[in-house]
Amino acid sequence: MTRGYAPRAAVTAEADASGRTRLTRLRSDGPLAVRATPDAVYLVGAAASPLGGDDLKLDLTVGPGAVLAIRSSATTLALPGAGESHMTVHASVGAAGRLDYAPEPTVAARGCRHRATAVVDLAADATLRWREELILGRHGEAPGRHMSRFDVTCNGRPLLRHELILDDPAVYNSAAVLAGARTVGSILLVDSNLRREPHTEDGLAVLPLAEPAVLITATAPDSTLLRRRLHTGETIARTQTPPDTPAPTLATIAAHPG
Amino acid sequence: MDASLLLLADARLPAGAHAHSGGVEPAVTAGAITDVPTLLAFLHGRLTTSGLVTAALAAAANTHATHELGTRTPDATASNTIAAHTHSGCGRRAAANVAAGAGVGGGWEVLDGEADARTPSPAQRRASRAQGRSLLRAVRAAWPSPVLDALVPLGPHHPVVLGAATAVAGGGPREAASVAVFGTVSGGASAAVRLLGLDPLAVHAALAGLADVMDAVAAEAAGYAGRPWAELPAASAPVLDLDAERHARANLRLFES
Amino acid sequence: MGGHFGHGHDVHDAAPVRGRALRLGIGGPVGSGKTALTAALCRALRDELDLAVVTNDIYTTEDADFLRREAVLSDDRITAVRTGACPHTAIRDDISANLDAVDALEARHPGLELVIIESGGDNLTALFSRGLADRQIFVLDVAGGDDVPRKGGLGVAAADLLVINKTDLAPFVGSDLDLMASDAARVRDGRPVVLNSLRTDPAATEIAHWVRAAVGAAHAAAS
Repeated sequence: MTRGYAPRAAVTAEADASGRTRLTRLRSDGPLAVRATPDAVYLVGAAASPLGGDDLKLDLTVGPGAVLAIRSSATTLALPGAGESHMTVHASVGAAGRLDYAPEPTVAARGCRHRATAVVDLAADATLRWREELILGRHGEAPGRHMSRFDVTCNGRPLLRHELILDDPAVYNSAAVLAGARTVGSILLVDSNLRREPHTEDGLAVLPLAEPAVLITATAPDSTLLRRRLHTGETIARTQTPPDTPAPTLATIAAHPG
Repeated sequence: MDASLLLLADARLPAGAHAHSGGVEPAVTAGAITDVPTLLAFLHGRLTTSGLVTAALAAAANTHATHELGTRTPDATASNTIAAHTHSGCGRRAAANVAAGAGVGGGWEVLDGEADARTPSPAQRRASRAQGRSLLRAVRAAWPSPVLDALVPLGPHHPVVLGAATAVAGGGPREAASVAVFGTVSGGASAAVRLLGLDPLAVHAALAGLADVMDAVAAEAAGYAGRPWAELPAASAPVLDLDAERHARANLRLFES
Repeated sequence: MGGHFGHGHDVHDAAPVRGRALRLGIGGPVGSGKTALTAALCRALRDELDLAVVTNDIYTTEDADFLRREAVLSDDRITAVRTGACPHTAIRDDISANLDAVDALEARHPGLELVIIESGGDNLTALFSRGLADRQIFVLDVAGGDDVPRKGGLGVAAADLLVINKTDLAPFVGSDLDLMASDAARVRDGRPVVLNSLRTDPAATEIAHWVRAAVGAAHAAAS
């Protein structure tokens, strides 16, 4: 009994014969609007405030050799309403294509029931940067329920399957999950030449996956520090040789498979 | 539960579990576990996140192993399975898995890859594979089976071995999930007793209070058996991952993980 | 080669050594000198035997680090195992982490003839499992009290070789070496006892000789 919006927006980026990316499809659907700027395609409108009952879908297609960056104009505020709200992003990136998805944070407002799903299919040599940030409630407010799932396959093979389920405070506030942090975020990088050694510091983990990819996860008391930690993590992940360890050779990586 | 399954769940099974704390030592080092209530909160959090994932992988492995045990006798299904194996290549394996719909048809390496994809922390992947290797040695000695032998070259994740072993020992997906859940909780609790000198009676009283949650998690995990592996739960626990990596680089530590 | 040890003094069944290295456990209480003895054996034997070491560190990788620092073997021949606060469990009840370490060393060094597994330092009842060690040495030191051999314990009574270590300290701690040796002989049913001091004999000559004989006997049994 969905009474909310059910918009379907889509963006397709394709490389032309000269290798330049052209946006061959830029479909806004009612309240879920996409706007092209010289640097990125921006999500505007309903994406910024899904109400319970809304069912938003966004399709992103990056053709072989094409480049696409997605940003948003404002923080997304997940609000209560009639039932669960859904935001589903499906992305596919072709050979040598590059997708950089980094919208502003989502705030899980009091009483919301929001489910965010992202499915990304990458060709074998596609490049990805995917950032998600979540704020647990507006200032001084207990958050609603927020469930997210992120499934990434590379050449059909699972690369990352990652859920964050903020349902039961006894679970997510525990020392195993968020340890009482008010914000949590991650950046997934799929690229060649990423660091293969893990790194940790307060509230930040740089985690090389079994596949050639790095997941950066961070928790923080506020969104400013969260963004800073993720940025630090990304810088470290892209610094191939950590200062205190020799660069891993192919042989050592093969000898220590994840 | 059958005696074979009790043997499999027993902490005295020589499968290396005593050297792993299931994230408890890292959390103790981080100051997050100091007493029985904080231990209980930690175990609850871990149980419903990575515990659920582990149990669901074990249940899926159990279903797959039961199928493999069946196809060891020559019949039409066996040749289908072999066909899927001979065409294994990264993209095609996953396709075979999805096409089969029931998680059957893809090989062990596909399920093992699903475990990798749900374990972003390299330290936790290493710990899981080390425990899988040790468990495989123990269960092959106790319940020899070609299904278990076939896992050796893969060096699979612990829940994959546990699910297969449960099948060979005569259990179904629900038993596999229960044994996995029980190991998640009891290993960590035992580590806390050793690390903090907690009263073992108080700790076991707390575990008894967690039994309903353990059963619920096992039931939920077993409910995924037979569904495509891609759909298995993937609940993350970011602090667990962070602490696991810190622990792996700590000089002073009693447990491997 | 065989010396006086190869002639029925050892009551244990012949070790199941066929196509793999002999596994020698070195156990004993904390501080009895196991790591120093391991280092001495490595120095004494490394030029004649293809060997490696597994340490069961109880808290840090200190023992493994000591061996690396002393450069008794190359790094890739020394592996540290963590024991989850239960050193006796790792060598007796659940030997899987040690077996994994031995497997990894054998895979890395296919010609390996001897793997020394040094325990984490434990009480007098801790024995190596037969599933892990083919032969075992138990190390006591004179400073631990000269009544220890009389009190016995599984390690003192059943180890293939008992080493009473740091004999140079005996006059300073008031330990009676003769009493220790005779008490030990009484509970050991003829199995050998060696009095050792690395200060006066840094090469641990007699123990190295025993190890050489054990490796030789295992090879002879396997061929």
